[in-house]
Amino acid sequence: MAEYRLEMRGVSKSFPGVKALDKINLKVRPGTVHALMGENGAGKSTLMKCLFGIYHMDEGEVFVDGEKVDIHNPDEALHKGLAMVHQELQPVPERTIAENMYLGRFPVKSFGPIKVIDHKTMNSEAKKWLENVKMPFDPRKKLGHLSISQMQSIEIAKAVSQEAKLIILDEPTSSLTDNEVEALFRIVRDLRDRGVSFVFISHKMAELRQISDDITIMRDGCYVGTWEMKNISDDEIVKQMVGRDLTNIYPPLTNTPGDVLLEVNNFTSIYDNSFKNCSFKLRKGEILGFGGLVGAQRTELMEAIFGIRHIASGEVKLNGKKLDIKRPQDAINNGIGMITEDRRGSGILGCLSIADNVSIASLNHYLEAGIKLNKKKIEELVQDNVAKLSIKTPSSKTLIQSLSGGNQQKVIISRWLANNPDVLIMDEPTRGIDVGAKYEIYQIMIELAKQGKGIIMISSEMPELIGVSNRVMVMCNGKITGEVSGEEATQENIMQYATQF
Amino acid sequence: MDKSKKIDIKSILLNNGIILLLMLLVIYVSITEPRFRSFQNLMNLAINAAPRVIIALGVSACLITKGTDLSAGRVVGLSACLAGIMLQKPDAAGKVWPNFPQLNVWVVLLIVIAICMVFGLVNGVVISYLNVPAFIGTLGMQLIVYGIAQVITNNVPIGGYRADYIAVTQGKVGPIPLLFIYLIIAAAIFWFIYNYTRHGKYMYAIGGNEVAAEVSGVNVKKTKIIIYVTAAAMYAIAGFLLGGKSGGASTNMGMGYELEAIAACTIGGVSVNGGVGKVSGVIIGVAVFELLKSALQFLGMNPSYQFIAQGIVIVVAIALDIRKYITKK
Repeated sequence: MAEYRLEMRGVSKSFPGVKALDKINLKVRPGTVHALMGENGAGKSTLMKCLFGIYHMDEGEVFVDGEKVDIHNPDEALHKGLAMVHQELQPVPERTIAENMYLGRFPVKSFGPIKVIDHKTMNSEAKKWLENVKMPFDPRKKLGHLSISQMQSIEIAKAVSQEAKLIILDEPTSSLTDNEVEALFRIVRDLRDRGVSFVFISHKMAELRQISDDITIMRDGCYVGTWEMKNISDDEIVKQMVGRDLTNIYPPLTNTPGDVLLEVNNFTSIYDNSFKNCSFKLRKGEILGFGGLVGAQRTELMEAIFGIRHIASGEVKLNGKKLDIKRPQDAINNGIGMITEDRRGSGILGCLSIADNVSIASLNHYLEAGIKLNKKKIEELVQDNVAKLSIKTPSSKTLIQSLSGGNQQKVIISRWLANNPDVLIMDEPTRGIDVGAKYEIYQIMIELAKQGKGIIMISSEMPELIGVSNRVMVMCNGKITGEVSGEEATQENIMQYATQF
Repeated sequence: MDKSKKIDIKSILLNNGIILLLMLLVIYVSITEPRFRSFQNLMNLAINAAPRVIIALGVSACLITKGTDLSAGRVVGLSACLAGIMLQKPDAAGKVWPNFPQLNVWVVLLIVIAICMVFGLVNGVVISYLNVPAFIGTLGMQLIVYGIAQVITNNVPIGGYRADYIAVTQGKVGPIPLLFIYLIIAAAIFWFIYNYTRHGKYMYAIGGNEVAAEVSGVNVKKTKIIIYVTAAAMYAIAGFLLGGKSGGASTNMGMGYELEAIAACTIGGVSVNGGVGKVSGVIIGVAVFELLKSALQFLGMNPSYQFIAQGIVIVVAIALDIRKYITKK
């Protein structure tokens, strides 16, 4: 038997302008669980996409059981014994468990020229494989009746039934409860003992420690190293993950936080696996950073404060006054604005002009006789913002979808400036924006803070979080796990809090 | 330079293909059939187009917010029946409500509008609060309204209208039919709403990106309800005019008008993908569709084939519309 079940050697991949992967190595021993760790954007998913032929790697070699393979699509990968359970499952909940397991490869029987699906064989085969992973479900049951963790287990059973020798689990526990995680781990351990290898992508240190034999760490698309789990401490892992210099330059934080502006107490989601008992205070003139890994529920918490999501309990006070926010409109009327994370999905009004995009949240200020909009004043507002934020556009009538990401973001910021809110929540305000525009957005944020506004910034970019926040709150698994002042914040102490569970 | 010009022509042809094609047909018929381009025929077209423009304006708002309203035609029919019943001559044969008081014709119009708005309100609430897809919700309403119209009229055709009803619907100011003037007024009001009011901006925003609109503080539910209520009011007006213009009404009046209206809107550039559409486009769409029907008649095409031609135009128009948005990605 070869020394490694899977060996990826010197894998590189470039996208226009970015080197996403730079000579990455990954060596997975047979019958082990191999953790793959790295910050958001370190290149873990890209590496897996290269392995499955979804992306074509620029250079590098892949060996399965010592044999060199050349994989062009996920189907070929499956024939080589590689399977992946995605973070976002894509099952067909209205069909049965067995149909989901055999989707695309239904067993058939022939009646002369007519081929029909052999349900009996399919169900008995499915039952056999389910028992194999100790999940005694009736394969004729609808998949939709199962919990997410059970669906994941079905995916694993499906992979095993296709004789997968290596299964990749991409953040399998991000939406599971502790008990469900335990059940999943039982299946993984059982299969591992029978010789199946796993690559386990996760951000949760404690889990990785429980289940993994080896660990490979990536950082900014580079290979950092591979260790046996027992030979590396948690601190060392964190250090290896973030160990880089601050290359970005940030404007000086010339704002001074004042009195408490916004107070959030005991915010708890209606969903068990979302945010719980989150409390924090935001001061006037303060930029408050929110750090954490993907799935820490930072966005969910902020969207709940803004009225997009529902809460089971909790209260918000602005200037000491309790607010009753049921929908975004209420938040806006009370002086809270929010720039959402998904600019395309919930930010821009793509087929409308820049003028419409800037003015949509503040049209109430431009009514004449209670009905007619004063287009001249709106145009003034738009021109004012285009100049102030140096939005690069041919005219205010240009459709927003034809602008670059950075300029789109500035238009969205203008939308809120037009409303003059006391609190502005910015969720990943510089995602997908080039360095120059980022700097300008930081300047705008600091300028707003100087005017006494409170700014909440969710950011997954550690240097940005440290560079532009007066104070950083860190979340992990729906809970606020730590608070560091801007001066004391380091990548290490933030990462420590962010991987606490 | 030459190359970019070529591409421009190609995109203009594709984006306005259906209108250009129909214009060619109209020009052809105008040349071969002089009667087609006579003032009399143009006025006929205007009279036919008026109620259809008014209906299409109502439907256009639904379409711009990515909805639709399949109840339009039946509400038009109900409105025509209600107005007819209330405006029958005191001595009309087979009067449906013999003891109904003789109200002012404009008061009757307001009553009819108010009644129809209730159905629009139900549409809006079902779509906004119960999250029923507009396609299904208004399909149900289509059947309900049809049934109600049958109950009210006992399925008997209505006629014998008062002179004042005939006067306000069939009258003329000089050579210009009143119906055409109503069309202009309705279009002007809608143009103002779409371009100069908060409601209009909200409507486009919802069509452009409903989630983003909600996040920007737009009351999406309320805006949608207003849209469906306003649309129903427009159907009521159209039904009132159509009944008077025809001098009689039956429950089948207005049947299929919603589909014609949707087709006309689409031909006129109201996108079924939402967020895009102008009042001028709606008028052009209806005009083009009416010209098509008239031109086919003048060509002596068998009415059955006219339906086939209209169907093809609708599908091609929507295919071309969708194509614009797919190539953008």
